[in-house]
Amino acid sequence: MHNNLLLLPIIIPFFAAMVLLFAPKNVTYQRIVTMIALLAATVSAFYMLGIVYAQGPQTVTFGNWPAPFGITMVSDMMSILLVLTTLVLTLFIVWYSFSTIGVEREKFYYYPGIMFILTGINGAFTTGDIFNLFVFFEVFLMSSYLLIVLGGEKKQLQGSIYYLVINIISSALFVIAVAFLYSVVGTLSMADIAVKVAELQQPAILTVIAVLFLVVFGLKAAIFPLFFWLPKAYKSAPTPVLALFGALLTKVGVYAILRTYTLIFVHDPSFTHELLMVLSILTIIFGCIGALAYFDVTLIIIYNIVIAVGVILFGVSQMNTVGLEGAMYYLVHDMLIKAALFMLGGIIVAISGTANLRQMGGLMKRYPLLGWTFLIAAFSLAGIPPLSGFIGKLLIVESGFAANNPWMSIIILLSSLVVLLSVIRIFIYAFWGEEKETATTITSTTYAQQLTPAILLVCVTIAYGVGAEAVAPYMAAASEALMQPQIYIQAVLGGK
Amino acid sequence: MEIVMAFVIGFLFMAATYLMLSRSLLRIIIGTGLLSHGAHLLILTMGGLSGEAPPVLADGVEASQFADPLPQALILTAIVISFGVTAFILVLAYRAYQSLETDNTAMMKGSDDDA
Repeated sequence: MHNNLLLLPIIIPFFAAMVLLFAPKNVTYQRIVTMIALLAATVSAFYMLGIVYAQGPQTVTFGNWPAPFGITMVSDMMSILLVLTTLVLTLFIVWYSFSTIGVEREKFYYYPGIMFILTGINGAFTTGDIFNLFVFFEVFLMSSYLLIVLGGEKKQLQGSIYYLVINIISSALFVIAVAFLYSVVGTLSMADIAVKVAELQQPAILTVIAVLFLVVFGLKAAIFPLFFWLPKAYKSAPTPVLALFGALLTKVGVYAILRTYTLIFVHDPSFTHELLMVLSILTIIFGCIGALAYFDVTLIIIYNIVIAVGVILFGVSQMNTVGLEGAMYYLVHDMLIKAALFMLGGIIVAISGTANLRQMGGLMKRYPLLGWTFLIAAFSLAGIPPLSGFIGKLLIVESGFAANNPWMSIIILLSSLVVLLSVIRIFIYAFWGEEKETATTITSTTYAQQLTPAILLVCVTIAYGVGAEAVAPYMAAASEALMQPQIYIQAVLGGK
Repeated sequence: MEIVMAFVIGFLFMAATYLMLSRSLLRIIIGTGLLSHGAHLLILTMGGLSGEAPPVLADGVEASQFADPLPQALILTAIVISFGVTAFILVLAYRAYQSLETDNTAMMKGSDDDA
């Protein structure tokens, strides 16, 4: 039975997390088990990618119940690509954690936290049931609460209270939105909801619910005007945790918007998708303002998350094949590059002993490899042609022109300049100029240990950009499936 | 009946919003408690309040008399989740009180290291 295999990327981290709980003080054991589990899960996700590509969406309904009555897990092209990306970048972040997070945290359930967060995220990418999506959201949020506060420094306590309260409110809103949706359509399976919404022709109440879902997922994904919590909360997290959050957590919200707005709420696009477009453009603009306003390495990269969320959602809001393909390309690219940038930024901060750009300088002489890697990552983020950010943004801009929104596309092009400026500023301040007296908190061995996974992750993004041709059929398949919800519905409900 | 419940839930949301906008951390946590009560009651109401028999198979009860079992299962799930999260934030608030020595969220900002 191929189908049960799609559960492996969820079950393996879950099982590993439980195994890890037994010997928290044995750090070697923790590291080895985590790495083995991640490798196994990545291999299984690769295998599923092949199957989904060859045979179309795969589904499992728990307990042999017929489709709308049980909980269905669906692995279509978009889900499996995101699951695979998640696992690959977590592999590098965990490797990076070995030399950054510190033994004290490793002894207090750091790795089980990461494994549970993976369970939640992979589950959220794979589930086909709206309430089950809520449960998986809570699984990864609960683990993220642990990871953000682990260590208990003052700044972590401040940031995590903020983060918790925001997420409790958005979770309550999620429950409310599900309650309203259930009272209108009377079902919870996403495929079945899509069928019922199509039968009802999306009356006004469903448009209201669509906007409510946009608010809920927008709070997770940090779109305008709901991104206010993100910089403060993320700034308080330690570097590898920040890399994990920055690469994954907001992207689950983006995925949820992508899924609901391509599968369920597609019958009143002149309102819902127009709203999404306006919000995504405002998200880009406010993200750009934030990225230029600060002289803090971490904050600059954090505001770049906000910009990228806006760009992806603009691609989604155009509702054409080009836009969705671009959104998929850019989503995967952005997850990889944000993880890499936070890792590199963390090394820069560790070397100079401060996150303030004005107090850094002249790192190029002593750390040339770090400098050039950061420059490549920065170019890739901005979308310079051979690198990975290019093709996604090209398709998204093209979709804007195709859908007759040329000015919006031009704003996206201009935002690329701002992105480039903001990260090149880090490069110029940190690597050029006079060498300054620094309170280095890092030895040359740990420097090498931290730089290796970061460089390898940058190599992955380069391969993703240069090998866009090889990835293209998968992305095309993903956007095809998103444009035709019928494929998804048929896979779940079986030709009804 | 649904109308009455809608008003009650509305008042719960109002009180929750008011409490969460205050400065004291404990009042915020009480607000989140009220918010989840409101959300849970909303699921129950939105599932429909018809049906006089509990959803347990028993002799002499027609299928049409059962209450909708699905919202009850959803609420049970949501209750334990919000219970877990509430326990976590209560302990976090206690810890924050110990090391930051304040219950006032306005005093917690401490943005001295902002560049």
